[in-house]
Amino acid sequence: MPERIMFTMGDIASAEGALSAGCKYFGGYPITPATEIAEWMALRMPQVGGSFVQYEDEIASITSVIGASWTGVKSMTATSGPGVSLMLEAIGLAVMTETPLVLVNIMRGGPSTGQPTRGQQGDIMQAKWGSHGDYQIIALTPASVQEMFDQTVQAFNLSERYRVPVFVLADETVGHMRERLVIPDEKDLKLEYRKLAAGDPADFLPFKPDEDLIPPMALLGSKYQFYATGLTHDERGYPTDKEDVQLELVARLNNKILHNADKIIDLERFMLDDAKIAVVAYGTPSRSARKAIKEAREAGIKAGMLRLKTVWPFPEDALADLASEVKHIIVAEQNFGQVYYMVKAAAAPTPIHLMAKPAGMPQLPHEILDKIKEIDSL
Amino acid sequence: MTTAPPILKHPMVKYIREDRMPAIYCPGCSIGIVTQMVARSIDNLGLDFSKVVIVSGIGCTGRTSGYFKTGTFHTTHGRAVVFAEGVKIANPELEVIIISGDGDIAAIGGNHLIHACRRNVDMTIVCINNFTYAMTGGQFGPTTEHERFSQTSPRPIGNPEHPFNLVQLAASSGATFVARWTATQVRRATASIEKGIVKKGLSFVEIVGACPTAYGRMNRLGDGLDMHKHLLKVAEIQNGLPPHEAELDYDRRIVCGEFVNMEKDEYTAVLKQMREKLRK
Ligand SMILES: Cc1ncc(C[n+]2csc(CCOP(=O)(O)OP(=O)(O)O)c2C)c(N)n1
Ligand code: SF4
Ligand SMILES: [Mg+2]
Repeated sequence: MPERIMFTMGDIASAEGALSAGCKYFGGYPITPATEIAEWMALRMPQVGGSFVQYEDEIASITSVIGASWTGVKSMTATSGPGVSLMLEAIGLAVMTETPLVLVNIMRGGPSTGQPTRGQQGDIMQAKWGSHGDYQIIALTPASVQEMFDQTVQAFNLSERYRVPVFVLADETVGHMRERLVIPDEKDLKLEYRKLAAGDPADFLPFKPDEDLIPPMALLGSKYQFYATGLTHDERGYPTDKEDVQLELVARLNNKILHNADKIIDLERFMLDDAKIAVVAYGTPSRSARKAIKEAREAGIKAGMLRLKTVWPFPEDALADLASEVKHIIVAEQNFGQVYYMVKAAAAPTPIHLMAKPAGMPQLPHEILDKIKEIDSL
Repeated sequence: MTTAPPILKHPMVKYIREDRMPAIYCPGCSIGIVTQMVARSIDNLGLDFSKVVIVSGIGCTGRTSGYFKTGTFHTTHGRAVVFAEGVKIANPELEVIIISGDGDIAAIGGNHLIHACRRNVDMTIVCINNFTYAMTGGQFGPTTEHERFSQTSPRPIGNPEHPFNLVQLAASSGATFVARWTATQVRRATASIEKGIVKKGLSFVEIVGACPTAYGRMNRLGDGLDMHKHLLKVAEIQNGLPPHEAELDYDRRIVCGEFVNMEKDEYTAVLKQMREKLRK
């Protein structure tokens, strides 16, 4: 399809991003503020020859997505915090079986049912640590309608490349805001697809990684037979309780992401080159921070922003570098402090100041400006 | 010099991962018998085995998928049916068979079972009902009879709950083919699994089986042989009986047969029609 221009909301941009990435399977369950993604997919999926299925709950939704992905179809689900909480066990299964899938979480107020129609960024740690055991996922944090599209495409690419669940973590404000969206001509999009099993089926080992730590994937219904299990398994896919296999597998599942962190992480440096005070933000608060920084500059304060477009794997090195460039770091996030602790660990001993706000209205530009001025006067 | 006699191979071994033998099952367990029923069904139908997908949840029965030499998946506990729905809907060309236990299918996965039946996705569920959560050591589950003993309903307390009748549950939820057999009625059960596979719609086949190690021991039902002899004795064939009359009373009477075989729009076919409607 040639380039298209829409004036639309973040949720719909994300759905269109998925379709542009070649997603042909959506399994979901309605939940505010992510419902619009399902509603859009209900009409659009059959148009593109794909499947939209409304399941009985989020556990069913994501588990069906894992099943669909193993047939070779790019697959996704979309939900919000309560739904992600239900999906956590299956996320572990997807990690363990190295299943490419995309999970869009339009973050609402929590804990529990919280404030369904109000935004928050309270699910950052959940995305990384929610399922049991030690593992890595990838999580992207868009801040505009265009980025909802672009980063959903990117989420599919990363999930295919690394055979890992990828989260699009957008706060409700980004999910529901309306802006101009440019959907590029399909031939201008760079799309990736998982490495597939090749060679003699008799010699095939379904979980034997290549040098890049990622095993080529066999699909259900192909000439390659395999057993995939959430149990700790060897290269044949067979369960084992041997300690060396457990150590090797867990290390590989983590390292295939951590060793490629440089290639995965996407950051924006805004007015940072001579900055003395840096704001670290992502999603909606980063939009306020941008305005605050411009105003601080007008007032003669050398402020800048490191905007995280990727929160997992966490950009530790970039934060350590930032700490050596600036005198103070302000972390502005719409929660009680989550990325803050990661920044603290990476950027010590530079003073880190938390602007926490676990509520629907993000930090406003003048509030961030006041904080910058306060820090500047220290 | 005498030559060693040729080693005879089991005719179904071509479907099985020989390198994973022996299986984990206890002596006297029904699960091996049911594994063979499924293999024989596939063989009798002459299916292209590479297009067959076998899915299980967690439990002793849940280990079954791992012994088949095709595309197989061992999901989380209770989620075999929904994983399978994703597979079938994304690629309707595949023949999807689910083999799992009563706990996996009717307790933790019970919600998925009823909704898959309602949706009528073309898949075959083979549920081994051994009246217990065997893998975890034999606690009572959704099919355990009232007052039976288990690790969580110990003597002299007994099970405070009442069981589901899986045939009634699947039938009332909308499954288009529903049957029940015991593990001792191998030929009839195999024929029903075949019919279930051929049926364009959701098929549910319950196999009442023996778990001598947990359920049998705690309820003093004898060893595997005793339990299977008992199953054969109390099995009463009543093909075509309305599902609500398909009684299951372990001591007295286990009504077996095919109870539902009806036509209803199949889900993946409906999705296909919808896509075509939009293309016009
Ligand atoms: C979420 C979760 N809860 C509990 C368990 C523990 N568990 C493993 S198998 C099982 C019961 C299996 O019972 P059933 O499905 O009847 O299979 P059987 O072992 O009797 O064949 C349970 C409770 C688990 N693996 N996952
Ligand atoms: S514990 Fe029971 S169900 Fe499990 S393998 Fe042993 S006999 Fe079979
Ligand atoms: Mg059981």
